[in-house]
Amino acid sequence: MANMSKENKKIIQAIPFMLPSVIGMIVFSLLPIIMATALSMTDWSGLEKFTVHTIPDHFVGLKNYAHLLSHKEFWSTLLHVLYYIVLYIPLGFIFSMVIALILNTEKKFTGIMRVLFYIPVLTSWVAASLIWKWVLSFQYGVINSVIELFGMKGPDWLTNRYWAMPGIVLASVWKDMGYYGLYIFGGLRGIDPTYYEAAKVDGAGKFRTLISVTMPLLSPTLFYCLIMSLINAFQLFPQVLIMTEGGPNGATQVMVERIYTYAFSYFKMGYAAAYSWLLFLIILILTLIQLKAQKAWVHYES
Amino acid sequence: MKRKALSVLLQLSMLATLLSGCGSANPNAAQTEAPKETVTADQSAGETNSESPDEKAGSDEAITITYANFNASGGNEATLDSMYQAFHEQNPNITVDIETIAMDDYFTTLQTRIAGGTAPDCFEMNIENFAAYASKGILADMSDADASGLNQTALSAFQYDGKQYALPENFSTVILVYNKDLFDQAGIDYPTSSWTREDVDKAAEAIRALGDDIYGIYQPVTYNEFYKVAAQYGGSLVSADGKTFTINSEENIKALQSMVDRVQKTNVQPTEEQMGGMGDWDLFESGRLGMIPTGTWCFNTFTDACDFDWDICVEPGQTQKATHFFANALVVNNDASDAAKEAAKKWLSFLASSNEAAKIRLEAGWDLPAINDMDALSGYLDITPPENREAVFESLDSLVLPPIITDYSQMSDIISDAVSKAASGASTAEEALNEAQKTCEDQITLQ
Amino acid sequence: MALPIQWIPKNPNLKSYKKVFQLFPFARAIANSAFITIAYVLITVLSASMAAFAIAKIRFKGAKVVFAIYLTSMMIPIQITLIPMFIIMNKFSLINTYTSVISPAIFKAFAIFLLVQNMRALPDDYLEAARIDGAGLFKIYKDIIMPMMIPTVATLAITTFMEAWNDYLWPLVMLSDKNKMTLTLALNTLNGQYDTEYNVLMAGSLISMIPIIIIYIIAQTQMKQGITVGGVKG
Repeated sequence: MANMSKENKKIIQAIPFMLPSVIGMIVFSLLPIIMATALSMTDWSGLEKFTVHTIPDHFVGLKNYAHLLSHKEFWSTLLHVLYYIVLYIPLGFIFSMVIALILNTEKKFTGIMRVLFYIPVLTSWVAASLIWKWVLSFQYGVINSVIELFGMKGPDWLTNRYWAMPGIVLASVWKDMGYYGLYIFGGLRGIDPTYYEAAKVDGAGKFRTLISVTMPLLSPTLFYCLIMSLINAFQLFPQVLIMTEGGPNGATQVMVERIYTYAFSYFKMGYAAAYSWLLFLIILILTLIQLKAQKAWVHYES
Repeated sequence: MKRKALSVLLQLSMLATLLSGCGSANPNAAQTEAPKETVTADQSAGETNSESPDEKAGSDEAITITYANFNASGGNEATLDSMYQAFHEQNPNITVDIETIAMDDYFTTLQTRIAGGTAPDCFEMNIENFAAYASKGILADMSDADASGLNQTALSAFQYDGKQYALPENFSTVILVYNKDLFDQAGIDYPTSSWTREDVDKAAEAIRALGDDIYGIYQPVTYNEFYKVAAQYGGSLVSADGKTFTINSEENIKALQSMVDRVQKTNVQPTEEQMGGMGDWDLFESGRLGMIPTGTWCFNTFTDACDFDWDICVEPGQTQKATHFFANALVVNNDASDAAKEAAKKWLSFLASSNEAAKIRLEAGWDLPAINDMDALSGYLDITPPENREAVFESLDSLVLPPIITDYSQMSDIISDAVSKAASGASTAEEALNEAQKTCEDQITLQ
Repeated sequence: MALPIQWIPKNPNLKSYKKVFQLFPFARAIANSAFITIAYVLITVLSASMAAFAIAKIRFKGAKVVFAIYLTSMMIPIQITLIPMFIIMNKFSLINTYTSVISPAIFKAFAIFLLVQNMRALPDDYLEAARIDGAGLFKIYKDIIMPMMIPTVATLAITTFMEAWNDYLWPLVMLSDKNKMTLTLALNTLNGQYDTEYNVLMAGSLISMIPIIIIYIIAQTQMKQGITVGGVKG
C-alpha cells in the first residue's frame, strides 16, 4: 500500500469531502430522475397511488416522445424560450455587471444602493408581476410614458404577439439583476488587490484595467452566472403565468408551464415526464457546449 | 468550534448513510423490496391520520380524521374552526385535523399526496377536478351519506357514473351587476329579468355613447363565459350522451359571434389594448363600466369600492336563460379505513347541510351553503347593497353546469385558446371553434 | 389595483399589520422558519464547500465527471421530480418532519458550482505552503481555503437563506401539521379562492422580507472585507 499511486491517494483523500454531497445527490437527484425517466415511458396519470405495479402496468415505450416531437406545441414552446433567452442573457449580463461595479465602489450612496438593488430579488413573483403589469401598461405605463418623451409611441407590450416576450424579459432582468450582480460583486471582492496595484504601476487606465485585469479574473464567476441564468431561463415559468398566462394566443407559452400543466392539471404525468426529459436534453447540450467553449475565455488560476 | 462542526458532519453522514441504506438505485433490488415498502407507506399514512384505523373501528371509539380544504383560506379559517367546534360538541368521539391550503397550490399538493399514498381522509373538491378524481377511484361512494337538505342541481353536479361522490358545500352564481348612475345618465331603463342579450346590447351602446373611455359591458371572452353564453343560445360543448364534442355547433358559433361583436364590431366592450392592463372589476369600480356579469363573491368588494349606486339582476339569456353555477364539494378518500370513512361522512354532512353550519357560514358572510331550506337563507337577503339580492336565488332556476368529463382542464384550455383568438380578431368565430373541435377530438377521448 | 396607480395610500394605518399577527400563530411560524432556514443554510454551506474543495483543490481523478453530473442534476425541472421526491420521502417515513424540508440542503448543485468556480480562482501557492508545513487537508480546508472564501460564502449564504426562507411548494407538500408551518406557508393561506385581501397579504410579505434584509446587510459587511482576511490569516 505504501506505493499507492498519487491519483488513488487523492481519491481516498477526497472521499470524506465528497460523501455528504454524493449521498444527497443520489437520494434527492438521481433516484427522482430515475423514477421520472421510468415514468416518461408510461401513460400514468399521476392521480393514483404509486406502487410497484405502476410502471409495468402503464408502460407505453417511447410513445410520449414520439407524440411530443411530432406536435407543434413542443417546438413552439421551445422557440418561445429561445426568444426569451436571446434577449434575456445579454441584457441581464450588462445590467448585472453594472450593478456589481456600482456595488464595488465606495461612494456615498453605495450602502443604500446595495439594499435597493436587492429588493427586486426579494420581491415575490406575484408582487413583481403585478408591478410590471402596471409598468408595461399600454396607456398608463411608466415605460411607454418614457418612450413618449422621445416623441415615439410605445408598443402594447403584454397584449402584442411580438412584444409580450420582450416585456417579460424586462421584468425578469429587473428582478434578477440584483441576484447575479451580487454574485459578480462577490467575484470582484475575491480578486487579489495586488493585481490592481500591478496594473496601476503599469500605468493602465480604468477601462483598460477592467478589460485586461478584472474581466479575466472575474471570468470563472461570469461563467457561473452564464450557466445558471441559462438553466434558469429554460425553466422560465412563474412570471409568464402571472403576467400573460401564456398569451396573447399562446405567444408566450413556455416549456415548464406546459410540463406543470400536463402533470398537475391534465393528469398526464408520463407525458409531462417525457417533456421534461426533452427539456433536460436541450439544456444539457447547450451546457456541454458552454463547458467546452469556456476554455477560450474562462481563466482559472493554475 | 471545530469539534462542533465535526460532530454535525458526523451526524449528517450518519443520516446520509441511513438514507442511502433504505433507498436503492438498483432496479432489481427495488422490485424485491417494494412490497415491504408499500406497507411502510401505508403505515405512515396511518400515522398522519394520527390513529391507526383498524384498532379504532366502531363508531363509539374515539377517532381522529384529517380534512384538507382551500375554501377557508383567505380569512375564513376561524369560521371553519367554529363550525368544527359545533360539530365536535355533538360528536365528541370524532376529532378533525383541519389543514387549510391556498387554492393556487391545493390541487398540486393533494395530487402529490395521493401519489405518495398519504392523502387526507376527507377533503374539498371543485367542479373542474371532480370527474378526474372520481374516475380514478380516489373518491369514496357517498350515496349513503345524508344529503336530504341539499340543493338538487348542486348534488347532480357531483355525480359520476350514476353515483354520488361528493356533497356540495357552498355555491355562488353569476348575476349581472350594473351601474345605476350610468343608466340614469344615458336615460335608459334598468335591466330586468325579462331582458335578452339584445336588450343588453342596446343598453350597452347607449352607455358607450356617454364618453370615449366609458364602456357598456365587460364579459370576458373566456371558456367559462363561452359555455354559458352557448347555453343561452341553446348550444352545448358535449352531446347529451357525453360521447361526442359539439363545440362548433351552429348555436355555439352564434354565441361566440355575439360575444366577439361586442369587442370587435360595436366596441361596447373594451379590447385588451383599451383595458391597458386594468382589471375588469377595477373598471367597474372606477365608474366607467355600465354592466358586468360576475360572481356573487363581488358584493363585499363592490360595496366597499364603489361610490355610485349599483344593483344586480338575473343574467339575461337569449333563446333561454342560463346562469353560471360554481360549487365546492366535500369528498371522502376511498383509501381511508372504514371507521375513518364513516366519521368523515358525518363531518362532511354536518359541514354541508346542518343548520348550525349554515348559520355560522351565513353570519360570517363567507358564502352560501348549498342547502334548499330557504328560511335558513333568508338572513342573506337582508344585506344591501345590492337591493335586488333575490336575483341570486332567482338565478338558481336557470343553472347551467359545465360538462362533467375526465379531461376537463385540457378541454377548457383548448377552448379558451380558441375563443381568445376569436376575440382578438385573429380568426373568425367559426374558424376558432372548428379548430377547437378538431383539437379536442385529437387530444381527448370521451368515455 | 386601481389605475392610474395610487402610489401613496389614502389613509395609511397599521390595521393590516395587526390583522396579520392575529391570523395565525405568528411567533411559532417565525420560529419554524428560522430553524429550518438556518439549518438549511449551514448544511448547504458545509456540504457544498467540502465538495467544492475536493473538486477544485484536491482535483482527484474523476472530479470533472462528478462535477458534470452535479451540474446536469439542475436541469430537470422540479415540477417533475416533485412526486418522485415525495414518494422517496414517504418511504423514509419523513413526511411531516422538519428533516424532510431541511435534508435536501445536503446536495445543492448550484452552491457547489459557485464555490468550485471561486475556489478555482484562488492561487494554489497557499495550499503548497501549507502542505510543506505539514498541514492536513481538513486543516487546509478549514484554516486556509474557507477564510479566503468568505465573500463567496457570504453571497451563497444570502441566496440560500432567501431561497429557503421563501421556499413554498416543497414545505407545503411535506408539512401538514399546523405547528410545523413556516411563515411563507402561513402567509399564503391569506390568499382566498376568489379574492385576496391584498393589504393584509402585502403587510405579511413585508414582514417576511425583514429577516432577509437583515441577513443581507450582515452578509454585505462580510463581503466587503474581501480577500484580505484570507491573506492575513494564510
